[in-house]
Amino acid sequence: MSLNAPNHKVCTWTQDYDHPAALATYTAHGGYAALKKILTEKTPADAIIAEVKLSALRGRGGAGFPTGLKWSFMPRNYDGDKYIVCNSDEGEPGTFKDRDILRFNPHQLIEGMLIAGYTLGARAGYNYIHGEIFEQYRSWEAALDEARAAGFLGNNILGSGWNFDLHAHHGYGAYVCGEETALLESIEGKKGQPRFKPPFPASYGLYGKPTTINNTETLASIPWIMRHGGQAFLDLGKPNNGGSKIFSLSGHVERPGNYEVRMGTPFSELLEMAGGVKGGRELKAVIPGGSSVPVLPGATMMELTMDYDSIAKAGSYLGAGSVIVMDDTVCMVKALERLAYFYFEESCGQCTPCREGTGWMYRVIHRIEHGQGRPEDLDLLMSVGTNISGRTICALGDAAVGPVHSFLKHFRNEFEYHIEHKRCMVGA
Amino acid sequence: MLTNESLAQIDREIAKYPAEQKQSAVMSALRIAQQEKGWLAPETLEFLATYLGMPTIAVYEVASFYNMYDLKPVGAHKLTVCTNISCQLQGVDAVVAKIQAKLGIGFGETTADGRFTLKEGECFGACGDGPLCLHNNHTLHTRLTPDNVDAFLEGMK
Repeated sequence: MSLNAPNHKVCTWTQDYDHPAALATYTAHGGYAALKKILTEKTPADAIIAEVKLSALRGRGGAGFPTGLKWSFMPRNYDGDKYIVCNSDEGEPGTFKDRDILRFNPHQLIEGMLIAGYTLGARAGYNYIHGEIFEQYRSWEAALDEARAAGFLGNNILGSGWNFDLHAHHGYGAYVCGEETALLESIEGKKGQPRFKPPFPASYGLYGKPTTINNTETLASIPWIMRHGGQAFLDLGKPNNGGSKIFSLSGHVERPGNYEVRMGTPFSELLEMAGGVKGGRELKAVIPGGSSVPVLPGATMMELTMDYDSIAKAGSYLGAGSVIVMDDTVCMVKALERLAYFYFEESCGQCTPCREGTGWMYRVIHRIEHGQGRPEDLDLLMSVGTNISGRTICALGDAAVGPVHSFLKHFRNEFEYHIEHKRCMVGA
Repeated sequence: MLTNESLAQIDREIAKYPAEQKQSAVMSALRIAQQEKGWLAPETLEFLATYLGMPTIAVYEVASFYNMYDLKPVGAHKLTVCTNISCQLQGVDAVVAKIQAKLGIGFGETTADGRFTLKEGECFGACGDGPLCLHNNHTLHTRLTPDNVDAFLEGMK
């Protein structure tokens, strides 16, 4: 595999080689060719944005927002600094694809950020790296040094007269910083509390300057798109769901890990690639896009394809492609209790409905799990959730509610059993 | 207050940001100071505030917001174990039970000899390699099982 041929391993192809992260590996297989072409031909920004729009690349961090459209929001004739920011603050339970891009293909991300920086007229870029993966913060900085020494970063890049540099910013343990405006606050050296929008980052971003924030996998897909064209990327996937996507499978599968497949691949095939349900047990439930998205029953998932539109139609979201697989031994009350604790722990405390509501939901689920649930608790959970949804500055509140409402929708009987019998029905 | 080596590291971080945005380096400065001192004492926060030209309270806000900073002393080996959903499904509960039995402490506690602190962590973003334990914030140990925990802990002595 390489960047020279339009194959479906858009972001993971370097893993075929002995030194996947090395600059030499990347350049030997077509790396930085797209950047060179753009700088040599002085490709207009409009032409690049048009290719990205054509590709139907959608934000890989979870929201699925069309990347080309997001880029088009940046002001063109702004007389001052602009920034490109990469969001590698990957801390949603079940999500671990960006870490592998940083580990195994750091230069494709660098090239993607360079092309984005060139297109958007940015003076510099920052990559915000999740706190707990310090080793990748270090290794990405080493990749930057390599790129700088080879003339891909800094002043007069490849003799083009264009100046641009990239830096890594290290998080230190706050899930909410994955929210783009909290992430900007964090780069500014503040606590990571999301900003009220509007204004959106394209007009008021980092240090108050126009800023575009994209996910790691999104930016790493850009060199492929510029090399082979937007149409080729679109053709890898489905209409409105262009490209391939890295799916991160965790939980009860034989081989947890990342699998990059074409958008629209059946879930059943993806599960098979990971060796199927662990121990050949029965598939009970799947959270298809990271802990924030609604859970779906296993039988429903087996009928779905892995793309934004298919999963949305079934009542959940593709999110970041973080597929959490649960077999028939899982107690859904216990699983939800852990998720509820996470959102309670990670709420930044800025908005009352989220700060108070996440703790309230956790305490109610905790008491159900521990045999002290009350018959009215399920209605209470629905009501607390409804009162958080849509009443907070950022999406963390809604993210906390998604699991609660969907677990109750699909597995209500387990919660009722817990309340009535003060124990779990799984294995009972 | 901090060694020249730590200060040089902090200066490298400051250089990443526009000249008037030194505060952007506060997260890294806190990390570097914590790695040197073991934890963040009030006088360390004051020193960094002066160094970066920002109010001490603003440094404290950051240090208390992000959960990898330690505002109290911790053991020589801080072990943070992710117990979130993917690690839970992949068997972290048995790993935690083994670690707790072996060290004789629960989450949030430090052994009497000051060698180990055990913390419960939230998602590290490496679930495919779980169960996971982060050693002193910077080294990730992967694919833990009740069987390999012994060797893992022995390696810290």
